[in-house]
Order: sequence, then C-alpha cells, then structure tokens
Amino acid sequence: MCGTYVFPPRDGACPNPSCDSDELLPTPLSRFGNVWSYAENRYAPPLPYRASDPFEPYALVAVQLEAEGIIVLGQAPKGILAVDLKVGMRMQLETDVLYNEDGIDYMVYVWAPAVQPSELGGA
Amino acid sequence: MNDRDLVVLGVGMHPWGKWGRDFTEYGMVAARAALKDAGIEWKDVQYVAGADTIRNGYPGFIAGATFAQKLGWTGARVSSSYAACASGSQSLQAARASILAGFCDVAMVIGADTTPKGFFAPVGGGDRKNDPDWLRFHLLGATNPVYFALFARRRMDLYGATAEDFAQVKVKNSLHGLNNPNARFRKESAVEDVLNSPVVSDPLRLLDICATSDGAAAMIVTSRAYAERHLGSLKGVPRIKAVSTSTPTYPQTILEMPDFATDSSAVVMPPVRGFKDSICWDAYEEAGVGPEDLSMAEVYDLSTALELDWYEHLGLCAPGEAEGLLRSGATALGGRIPVNPSGGLACFGEAIPAQAIAQVCEMVWQLRGQAHGRQIENAQLGITANQGLFGHGSSVIVGI
Repeated sequence: MCGTYVFPPRDGACPNPSCDSDELLPTPLSRFGNVWSYAENRYAPPLPYRASDPFEPYALVAVQLEAEGIIVLGQAPKGILAVDLKVGMRMQLETDVLYNEDGIDYMVYVWAPAVQPSELGGA
Repeated sequence: MNDRDLVVLGVGMHPWGKWGRDFTEYGMVAARAALKDAGIEWKDVQYVAGADTIRNGYPGFIAGATFAQKLGWTGARVSSSYAACASGSQSLQAARASILAGFCDVAMVIGADTTPKGFFAPVGGGDRKNDPDWLRFHLLGATNPVYFALFARRRMDLYGATAEDFAQVKVKNSLHGLNNPNARFRKESAVEDVLNSPVVSDPLRLLDICATSDGAAAMIVTSRAYAERHLGSLKGVPRIKAVSTSTPTYPQTILEMPDFATDSSAVVMPPVRGFKDSICWDAYEEAGVGPEDLSMAEVYDLSTALELDWYEHLGLCAPGEAEGLLRSGATALGGRIPVNPSGGLACFGEAIPAQAIAQVCEMVWQLRGQAHGRQIENAQLGITANQGLFGHGSSVIVGI
C-alpha cells in the first residue's frame, strides 16, 4: 500500500499507477485547509441538484488540504458569499442541510471560514 | 513533408445556431460541403470517423454509422468516438491511425449536435452515486460555469486579472467572428456589454460564458499518396502534423470537471507538466515545432478567462502574463499570434462533437487564404487546443 489519499471514498483499485493495491482504508482527512479558488452560483443549478425555491445565491469553495495534497470542492454555508472569500484563506469543515425531503434533512459537508487562527492544524 | 502527415483535402460546416432540428440534418450539410471542397464523391470515402453526441438518442452514440447510412451505405468502415469536447479530435485520430496504418486512403471525420437550452446537466436519469458527473450536480450544484469561475477567480486573486480583462477577450473574439459565415453570434460586443450582463457564476457573467449551439463540421483527410494522385502537387495544401489526445498523469492536482476533488500529491510528486500544458506540448513534440513557429491558434474559450489560461498552456507567454499579452494586441487579428481568428466559442457557442473539428476547419481556411474577412496574412502553421470532460486532451497542429 502506497499511503496516498482518495476522495470521495470509493471501492476498488488505488489510483496511483505505481501501486497495485486493491485495498483502500477509510481514514479521516484534515478538517482545515486553504482556499484554492471559489465561485458563486447566481442561478439555480439543474436537477439532480435540489435548488431552494426561491433560489438563494451560494458560494462554492475549493479548499487545498496540505497533508493530503488534495483539493476538495464544497459549498460554503448559507450566507457566506464570494465577497467574503479570498484565495489562500483558512477554512474549516462543517456540515449543513443540502435539502429537505419528506421532513428529512439531507446533510452535506461545507467549507466555512476558519474561526480562530489558533485552530491551525487542528483535526 | 513528414511521412506521418495527413493531407486535409476538404472541409465543410453547417453554420452554428439554435434551430432544434435533427443533428443528422446539420451533419449532412457539412459532409456534402467537405466532399465538394475535396473534389471527391461520397463513394470514394473508405472510412467514416464519427464524433458522438450523447443528447440525441442512439444515432448519436454511433455517429460514424449514422452518417454512413444517411449518406447511403457503401461498405465504408466506420468508427464512433466519444470524448466530450474532445470527441472531434478523437475521431480525427481514429481516421489518422487507419490511414497511417495503411488500412485506407480516404476518410471522413464528422461531428454534429443539437443542444438543449440552459445549463448542461448529467445525461440519463436515476441516482448514480458512483458517477462523479451526477454527484457534482447533486451534492454541490457544480455546473460547468462553476468550474470556469474557479479558474477565472484564480487569475484575479493570483495575477490581478480584472473583469475588464475578461471582457476584452469577448470584445476581441466578437470582432474576429463578425464576418464568419458559420458563426452564430455576429455582433460586436463592447466591454460595457459584458460588464452589464448578469453574473452567472461569480466572477463570470453571461457574456463571458459560451452558449450551447447546434452545428456540424466535417473534414476529408487522406494519405499523402492519394492526395498527390488527386491534386498533382501538394504545395500549399494544409496537412495535419500532430494530433494530441493526451490524458492526465497521476497525480492530477488541478480541479477539473467533473471531479470535485483532485488526486493526492502526498505520495507521488505532480508531473512537471500539468495536464493542460501536456496536451499542447505533446502536440508540439509530435510535430517537431514550438510556440515560436505558430501563425495562429484556435483555443477553447468556454469562458473568456479560460482563453487566457490557454495562452499560458500553449507557451505563448509565461504563467501570469496572459492579460499582458492580450492587452498588447498580440492575440488579435493583425497581432503577432492571433488567437481564435474564427471568433471562437464566443461567436459560435459550443456544438460539442463538431467543435474540435470546426477548430481544424478554421486552420485550414486560414492556411489556404480563404478566411474571408478574418484572414491572417501569410498563415503557415496553426494549433488547436481543447479539453474534454473526464481527462480528454485535444490539440491538433496543421501547417502547409
């Protein structure tokens, strides 16, 4: 096993062409990272996205995780828009409601601006 | 002339637009125009390389056979390729391989599309939790313009690019396409027009982002021996000198559609040349030329800002210098290295399977001196660049 990381989690072969392992072990990733880039949706995306009605603009943030050497794209929490973001900014992982169906909240991870610099490196 | 050069005997298009007719109708117009331009009959074609459309039912998945049947079965061999926006170059490569292997002498490369209105969404229904293309829409609402916006924002925050810079790309391309009979949008755009258009995915506005279009393009490519018999002399006849269909090398560390996470660089160092650089440089290497030899380039301006990225991937300037190159006028008609003389996607909109073929058609018209109203003086060598979803590179070098 080569020790590389894969996200989102999946079954099957390691993506590293130099590694012949078929075993991928669940492992926690850093909950902090730095903004690689960001965008803000001003129009409702099409299905299979369940857009709110009326639609509220929201930001998407691509965050670089240092230790894992990966960039993960996620939504920002409601109310955080492009104007609040900057490349290089420190972010932390949270969860938020993606949509509600039949009274059930379907949750998703989101990237929020990190609250305190003291949380640097925290996991 | 290199032994592996392919001769482009004929090119043809159906103009780009939004009519909602069957895609094969457009394809037939392009096919017949290319045959006429080549001065050959349909029965002379031994191989049909179709570029697939996935939004038009089964005939779209087997484009090679669809057009062979529509033109009238002759027993010609067929192939059908899907590589998203790079489908056209994959078809060209299939035709090229068949000709260079000596299996045939004359091939038709063809792609046509009819597109829906609005955002592209995943094709097919049902929950597909292992399909990154489905997941990026379902979990994130990450439409194609979101990815274009991520790249645009990096230019702004890292290099100081402005919304005006992006708008200037649209202004340039709108002037290039004004007289192109195959372009869908033939209207001059001003910087204010772009800045006053609504924001779609911040920082990109409606006029920064290419539309989806109907259209078709076709080429007749042949072996050198066939073309010599047909034409006598090959002087001034455009030739395909390289076709790069590169895929990424692990780890791919730039966030590209449709993935919502990159590969990891924790264990393996990223390659010296990133994916989009390698698409272009693999083509240069195959043709034995470099960016300094180019007369022109047709690049995939899915957004205005992405055109600037391509300047750097192509080596027309160093990273961070694309805005300066644009402002200098070098990439406008009359400049040192005009980019998107056809008007690009800004004037065409995207007809996916036809687009990479259309890029080559423009090179051919420029090289023959037939690009009326947008001609580059003394054009000798051109490159096309584009990238298809799921790691499909596409770059073609054409010269005389």
